[in-house]
Amino acid sequence: MAQHRNKHAALQAATANRLKDGETVYFTQSGEWAESLAQAEQARGADAGAALLARAQAAGETVIEPYLFELKEEGKGTHPASMRERIRAVGPTTHDAFSKQARS
Amino acid sequence: MYRYDEFDETLVRGRVEEFRGQVARRLSGALTEDQFKPLRLMNGLYLQLHAYMLRVAVPYGTLSSRQMRQLAMIARTYDKNYGHFTTRQNIQFNWIELPQVPELLGALADVEMHCIQTSGNCIRNVTADPYGGAVAGEAEDPRLWAEIIRQWSTFHPEFSYLPRKFKIAVTGSAHDRAAILVHDIGVAIRRTDEGLRFRIYIGGGQGRTPMIAAQVVDDAREDNLLTWLEAMLRIYNRLGRRDNLYKSRVKILVHGLGAEEIGRQIREEYQAIKQTGGVPLPEAEITRIRTYFAPPAYEKLQDEDLAGAMRANGKEADYARFLRRNTAKHKVAGYRIVTISLKDGERPPGDATSEEMEKIADLADQYSFGEIRVTHEQNLVLAHVKQKDLPKLYHQLVEAGLGEGNIGLVADQIACPGLDFCALANTRSIPVAQEIARRFSEPKRAELIGDMKIKISGCINACGHHHVGHIGILGVDKKGEEHFQLMLGGSADEDAALGKIIGPSFAYDEVVDAVEKVIEAYLEHRQEGEPFLAAYRRLGAEPFKRALYGTA
Repeated sequence: MAQHRNKHAALQAATANRLKDGETVYFTQSGEWAESLAQAEQARGADAGAALLARAQAAGETVIEPYLFELKEEGKGTHPASMRERIRAVGPTTHDAFSKQARS
Repeated sequence: MYRYDEFDETLVRGRVEEFRGQVARRLSGALTEDQFKPLRLMNGLYLQLHAYMLRVAVPYGTLSSRQMRQLAMIARTYDKNYGHFTTRQNIQFNWIELPQVPELLGALADVEMHCIQTSGNCIRNVTADPYGGAVAGEAEDPRLWAEIIRQWSTFHPEFSYLPRKFKIAVTGSAHDRAAILVHDIGVAIRRTDEGLRFRIYIGGGQGRTPMIAAQVVDDAREDNLLTWLEAMLRIYNRLGRRDNLYKSRVKILVHGLGAEEIGRQIREEYQAIKQTGGVPLPEAEITRIRTYFAPPAYEKLQDEDLAGAMRANGKEADYARFLRRNTAKHKVAGYRIVTISLKDGERPPGDATSEEMEKIADLADQYSFGEIRVTHEQNLVLAHVKQKDLPKLYHQLVEAGLGEGNIGLVADQIACPGLDFCALANTRSIPVAQEIARRFSEPKRAELIGDMKIKISGCINACGHHHVGHIGILGVDKKGEEHFQLMLGGSADEDAALGKIIGPSFAYDEVVDAVEKVIEAYLEHRQEGEPFLAAYRRLGAEPFKRALYGTA
């Protein structure tokens, strides 16, 4: 699962680690980096994905190495396709105190 | 333990200031991540899934109570109130913020600690038997030699840009508690009529291609130890592969050349260095460093009747089990070596809170001359406890939630951080370890099973030592799902062996059941008093395969 890149991903978002504290962040439509996956801009198709990544990289001074990851649509919502990105989105499964929800 | 002199102090402070400048330039954007990454790795600062991770060097796993208290303060001030003790006897902090790192490094320097050479392609922390200086039958305290090797390897100009990381471990006892045979270099010390002699091995390791180390020299003398190591590192530095990350460790070189050829090349290099005078290690210097490892001021005591206490039942049963599992024979009458278990099914293996660290520092002051050791199995040791103090110590450990009497039993697992923390991982490992510990938490059953070393890695890099577990568990990615391969029959001590994969992998919600089936098959087929490893070696894989998969 270590940074699998699914080239045929239908739906993607851009993520990175924040430079200051390594926190997982997502690139938003307004060009900022947000801690919550819910605020991530979603790109449908390869072209939109590439464009999203380029915008994320251009806004990359406060983050480290943005990359795209796959989202899966399930019912009304979307969530990361890989366990790795699910864990990055919510925090370690080992301590409730470290979950993103607890930190915010 | 070693004390800094003014040169050490200057070096470490200078390093902190240098990194302060580098951090400032990274935060301002003057340095890119590509430029900064090698610099931060030189100070043990990793970037993981959700945060930075800082690895602090704990030379041969030995800490003073003062240092432990400082680590507790650092965990409280700069982290989320806990630290993680590692399989190389170090400590890691998982939630560090970059701007605070220079201040944190200053706090470490205040207690003669640092993060130098805990990452990067250099010689890493030299590890040693955590019972060093305390256990009966030892040739000499291996930590003394680990300190000599540490001084030789720190900022060694020729070996600062090796093909890959390099790990050295030292044992002073015939029974190897330092896993030397799966290290890049392993050193075994014995005492002969002519004095100390060193057997040196090269090319052990785990990861993608696990290997048991090969013997290079059997009877090296004290004054030649560093010349031998220098020769070995030179051969590796010269011939180790820099073109392929997966073939860059010295074990690949040893395997490729063969033990005989690499031995020949090392001996040739050794002679060449000797001809220019050898790497200096004068007797006076050995004596000077030996004084840092002088025995503590033991009292003259008699042995208590521990055997009787170990058989107790009823109210004393838990204490009896603690004595049986968590204590070991000391070389001095009236004393005992105590291991504090950081494995209880609730905490991630090897984690301790700030409060617990402070408590352990207090207990070290009260009961063990102010010294604590970290083991490579992610537990802590108080090496010099008076036998008559054991009941009081146990009571205090229980009050502090640190009294589990499970050393060497099922719950006492090694687990890497895994996918909950690590950017390299395929699967989680900590929750699997926690579930296994909970499944086997009933103490009588755990003791019935007996010696059982379960080791879990979340990926092939094997930081959880899964290749040398009695039961090894390796996390793999199977079509995007977390899966786990089981391997049986590994061993990390002097009869080192690599575990063999038993069959197809198990899903996340199946793996703990699979471990239970293996253990039940062992209980069913074992002979009276036969430990798991011996039973596996006698029975082979068949009964376990049948238990897991229904067929042989």
